[in-house]
Amino acid sequence: MNDLKKLTLGLGSAAALFTSSLVAQDTVKVGVLHSLSGTMAISETSLRDILLFTFDEINEAGGVLGKKIEPVVVDGASDWPTFAEKAEQLLAQDKVSATFGCWTSVSRKFVLPVYEKYNGLLFYPVQYEGEELSPNIFYTAEAVGQQAIPAVDFLLEEGYTKFYLIGTDYVYPQTTNLVLFEYLKSKGIPEENIGGGLRKENGEVISAGKYTPFSHTDYQQIVADIKSFAAGGDACVLNTVNGDSNVSFFKEIAASGLTAEDCPIVSYSLSEDEFRSLPTADLVGHLGCWTYFMSLDTPANKEFVANFQKWLETKAPSSVQKEGRVTCSPMVLSYNGVYLWKAAVERAGTFETSAVIKELEKGISFDGPGGTVTTQENHHLTKNVYIGEILEDGQFEILESFDNVYGEPFLKGTF
Amino acid sequence: MKLFDNKIEFGGYLSACVVLLLILPAMNAFFPEGSSMHFSSFQLSLWGKYITYAVMAMSLNLLWGYTGLLCLCQSLFFALGAYAFGMYLMLHVGVDSVYNTALPDFMDFQGYTALPWYWAPFENGAFAIAATLLVPGVLAFVFGFLAFRSRIKGVYFSILTQALTYAASLFFFKNNLDLFGNNFILFGGNNGLTDFKEIFGYDVNAASTQRWIFVMSAILMLVVYLVISWLLRTKFGKVQQAIRDSENRVRFSGYSTTTYKMLIFVGTSMVAGIAGAFYVPQVGGINANEMSPAKSLDVVVWVALGGRGTKFGPIIGAIVVNIIKSFTTRMYPDYWLIILGAIFMLVVLFMPNGLVGLPKQLAPVWARIRGNSSTSAIAAS
Repeated sequence: MNDLKKLTLGLGSAAALFTSSLVAQDTVKVGVLHSLSGTMAISETSLRDILLFTFDEINEAGGVLGKKIEPVVVDGASDWPTFAEKAEQLLAQDKVSATFGCWTSVSRKFVLPVYEKYNGLLFYPVQYEGEELSPNIFYTAEAVGQQAIPAVDFLLEEGYTKFYLIGTDYVYPQTTNLVLFEYLKSKGIPEENIGGGLRKENGEVISAGKYTPFSHTDYQQIVADIKSFAAGGDACVLNTVNGDSNVSFFKEIAASGLTAEDCPIVSYSLSEDEFRSLPTADLVGHLGCWTYFMSLDTPANKEFVANFQKWLETKAPSSVQKEGRVTCSPMVLSYNGVYLWKAAVERAGTFETSAVIKELEKGISFDGPGGTVTTQENHHLTKNVYIGEILEDGQFEILESFDNVYGEPFLKGTF
Repeated sequence: MKLFDNKIEFGGYLSACVVLLLILPAMNAFFPEGSSMHFSSFQLSLWGKYITYAVMAMSLNLLWGYTGLLCLCQSLFFALGAYAFGMYLMLHVGVDSVYNTALPDFMDFQGYTALPWYWAPFENGAFAIAATLLVPGVLAFVFGFLAFRSRIKGVYFSILTQALTYAASLFFFKNNLDLFGNNFILFGGNNGLTDFKEIFGYDVNAASTQRWIFVMSAILMLVVYLVISWLLRTKFGKVQQAIRDSENRVRFSGYSTTTYKMLIFVGTSMVAGIAGAFYVPQVGGINANEMSPAKSLDVVVWVALGGRGTKFGPIIGAIVVNIIKSFTTRMYPDYWLIILGAIFMLVVLFMPNGLVGLPKQLAPVWARIRGNSSTSAIAAS
């Protein structure tokens, strides 16, 4: 039994392995922290791809402060303690200047203390519920006021008076729907016209809407409920259901005979990239709301899409899927994040985190594929918001746009 | 009473004590960052995490390797211990959080102004520590009582424990529970408990605090090793191993196998729970994902890979698998699952006794390589 000796040897050799990576002088390391395996991989891998594309694009144009970007890609594996471990590895060992990553709120919650401890900088690109503001995170993501609320404004304008709230049971849908509930009431919509149910504690509403667990598939009862709710007309559904549950949900909606004309459904978690794996037939005519659509008819967007496709054909590493790729809002917000970081570094003249954060807080604009975005003091972005109708090919036809919407993370209790 | 099989084991144990309790913490504390002798705080808490995993694997090994009960809820006991201690940490984040109250953010957000009664006692550190033992212990007692009394064995026991894990993870994923018209806020739902600040008055993120937690995790592992070594030499341990080999014979010999299995099941659940409590401040959070069925299978893989039914196997298995995982998710993010999967398959196919069985397995081969013509030596080995 000399296995104990082996353990002690292993202790030393593993430590040596970890510290062996060397840094070249003319590059700057940045972290890419997404899930490349597990349940979130289907969404997050696209963000890894767009980030690699962005780094190549910047490197071809001369890099940042004369240094080429050297991406350090790690796999968070859809596992939150792994996210925390990889974040610490990026900061403590690779000493990355910035990290682009995370999709789920829980992954962000797990890495937040790590970024604060090491005074790191994380760019977070996916629509989220707000109610958080870390000095070490920039939220390029859509806040509730940049997605859910403009969509409601649009529906109110179209004359809808009854709103049904449905979502997956976790913090993003719960928070979004509470904010929407308050907003709808402030717009004069009576409580009985807000469907899905309310839960109260000490007379205060603590939860609004109907919730199903992750990967739920049985929507028969709920759709029957929606159908009777919509019977009087002028009704619509605000949908924060996540992932593959949407397939069952929309199938049930189609089977019940409810059409997009009777009762349109606005989905907040479905973008072009999700339509690569979801059948779109049952979703045609329903609505989406993001700060970018691939169908945006601007020269900047056309160039961006073309460059990405060209990169996929010529430069993308073998692990990147090449066929049938699209662009979507979280991808563009990742792209914008890299350019905003580059601009801030160049203004600060250094990669030092505190100086870069200070520059970002002062306000930096970037003309991205979805229009101009500007950083705010509160670590969010001012950006354009678009409402689109889902087409058969998985693209959106843009119906309405709101320019320069301010990003506010703390909306609850403000209406 | 003799605890170690031989001098080599004793020596190895002593050197593990020296490395884990003295050398690594000293390299972390006394050498400046950048020095080649420095052992970073990141590495230290990473190793602390591996050690808590190793303790969980040891507890499973005592059940599976020595009693023949393949339990698929060890990660649940681990997570319950982690939650119990996480609740204590969550109630000591102070008022720095977003809402400027002493309540956890997710409660503020859902309109709570006071702690619910089932959260309140966790403000007390002693209560939380007791809960890390008692919550898994009571659950194991109730479940074990029902399962063992009905003589549920083998694969049926495994399936039931897996179902228990799944049910618990669904429960912990929920934000609220509606029960008889009353609304109960649960344990942070999918976001779980994170962003801890203080542990018994010390800054939980400070290097010195993390160093102490590491040292205590190492002590926990070393003590659990001693306890298992002792237990296996007692009459209790002998009966336990006899149950693994032939439960009916043991029962017909007049032993109440149910009592033995109950005791060992409850005991190992508490060990897993306390390991979870050490896990939480080193990882910085806990959520329901930690009790998902897949995680309970991870532990089984560690034990099998290291060597089931050996004192040392589970430690080696847990640490080796997690080192490989940490290393490959950074170096080969696209291929690490394939690499890890291939290692699992190779070990299962070619090393029936796991990694610690390798020296014995290779001994005849080694003898042949040495070209010793006396075939009797090989036969004797």
